[in-house]
Amino acid sequence: MVKYLIQRIASSFLVLFLVISLTFVLMHAIPGGPFSSEKVLPDAVKANIEERYHLNDPLSKQYVDYLVNIAHFDLGPTFRYAGRSVNDLIQDGMPKTAAVGLLAAIFGIGGGLILGTISALGQNKTPDIVATVFSTIGISVPSFVLATLFQYYLGYKTGWFPPVGWGELKQLVLPSLALSAYPVAQVTRLMRTSMLDVLGQDYIRTARAKGLPGYLIITRHAMRNALLPVITYLGPFFAYILTGNFVVEYVFNIPGIGQFFVTSINNRDYPTIMGITILYCTLLVAFNLLVDIAYTLVDPRIKLTTQKGA
Amino acid sequence: MSLSPKMFELVKSQVSADAIARPSTTLWQDAWRRFKKNYLAMLGLVVLALLVLFSFIGPLFSQFNFYTNNLEALYASPSWIHPFGTDDLGRDIMTRIMYGGRISLEIGLVSVMINLVLGVFYGGISGYFGGRVDNIMMRIIDIIYSVPDLLYVILLMVVLGQGGLWNIMIVLGIVNWMPMARIVRGQILTLREQEYVLAARTLGANTQRLLLKHLIPNTVGPIIVTVALQIPAAIFMEAFLSFIGIGIMPPLASWGSMASAGRLSIPSHPNALLFPSMAIAITMLAFNFVGDGLRDAFDPKMRK
Repeated sequence: MVKYLIQRIASSFLVLFLVISLTFVLMHAIPGGPFSSEKVLPDAVKANIEERYHLNDPLSKQYVDYLVNIAHFDLGPTFRYAGRSVNDLIQDGMPKTAAVGLLAAIFGIGGGLILGTISALGQNKTPDIVATVFSTIGISVPSFVLATLFQYYLGYKTGWFPPVGWGELKQLVLPSLALSAYPVAQVTRLMRTSMLDVLGQDYIRTARAKGLPGYLIITRHAMRNALLPVITYLGPFFAYILTGNFVVEYVFNIPGIGQFFVTSINNRDYPTIMGITILYCTLLVAFNLLVDIAYTLVDPRIKLTTQKGA
Repeated sequence: MSLSPKMFELVKSQVSADAIARPSTTLWQDAWRRFKKNYLAMLGLVVLALLVLFSFIGPLFSQFNFYTNNLEALYASPSWIHPFGTDDLGRDIMTRIMYGGRISLEIGLVSVMINLVLGVFYGGISGYFGGRVDNIMMRIIDIIYSVPDLLYVILLMVVLGQGGLWNIMIVLGIVNWMPMARIVRGQILTLREQEYVLAARTLGANTQRLLLKHLIPNTVGPIIVTVALQIPAAIFMEAFLSFIGIGIMPPLASWGSMASAGRLSIPSHPNALLFPSMAIAITMLAFNFVGDGLRDAFDPKMRK
């Protein structure tokens, strides 16, 4: 276990190093400097700007500097928000992004597990059909459309929730709902099939034969084993929550990391794009590691081997 | 009663017992037979056929095109002339959806074909050689996999410069081949060791027969299923790219860019958002139904 952990952590660092290098190369492969789109600047001003952002250094030096700075958790200055660093942006945006993401994760997993279980228990009956319709909508409608519809009909028209902005708890609800629609659908489908699978097993019949009440069979015996496939989905789930945030924060005008990211794409603000990409990759790699470990804790049948498991 | 040697003669059967009575069904016939029984999948197939007709033949019958503005009919409501209404520049939404359908379907098909070629090659080599080659190649995939594909897509689109149908197709194509490679590699690895392969080899099948009759047909199923499920994913991702402003550029229409433009006028003219979104949703559903149907058809073991 310890050996496996060390290897996994080492390979995680390798992944991050490669990601950083790749983003660096990609961002510097773009023809023209980041300021070339501006109106023509006097040469002296241009030289000053390049000096300020170290753009006149040789690429190899810029690369090494960037790596060293990242090792110090310094993602460099932004190009578009004068005087602010990427770190500032992330510090500003992180709590908002995390709050929306967390609530969406709770909605997503909770809603998915409940809907999936209900639809498995009432297979081919009304609850199953309702759950299937819900999950179908979640899979087939783009999140920005859903977010807009929620915003307009649940926010603006009915006035149940504030349609835009940030500040109070109520404003979290609509963005998280919109963000969780797709994962809810996925978890529902996964949970439904795995629950049906488990309910057909012999030990469930045994439990029933012992006279165990239905809810205990579900919560004690069926749930636990049905959860396994859902846990494997947690990695993609988390990735979706992170990247889905781009859309949701943009629609609901939440000043989180996702919104900064979309704006920086449109502004061609390369350090911010790189910084947020690297941040997201780091979070994701760490999360995947946690999921792998959680998996072994939940299912003792799984042996961690460095040959296959990674 | 006396026994005569005649009574102990073997009874000759009229038909040879070894002959197979019915003609053997091929993989495709078998799959099609199962696929036909799946109503949802058949419905999906019909919808897809209609969509293709709508997008590729439809514009021929339309009196509008996707780019001409009509300043006298801004935001027209649905009517006989404009069945889906017009958008903020007076362009006929139905015609734009037809052209958008072309682009969305093209993006889906071309990018998935690129996936297919890359994935089958990579996975095939990895699975065929096995051992250390396989280990290294799969480790590389693990690394690429640990970063969400959306981030690569965005980075590449930023680098390649926005817009450009071909840029989008290529980027989506080179980003999504990993699942395909994994599936092909896994299939080939497990198939190689299967007992029926051993049995066929014992019965004297040569490599060519083994590959053509046993290995490839068993890999084709999962590949087709993956293709059917990746096409809608690519269309979805294009919609997302158009939404954040690095997808299809005006005046070209894609469903994603139309929906994202229609978003702004939802209070007064919801049809500009509604119809493109419905086009996306219907296509997604149709492809997913067909994909699920294909999976059941090619892999009856998975069937409940």
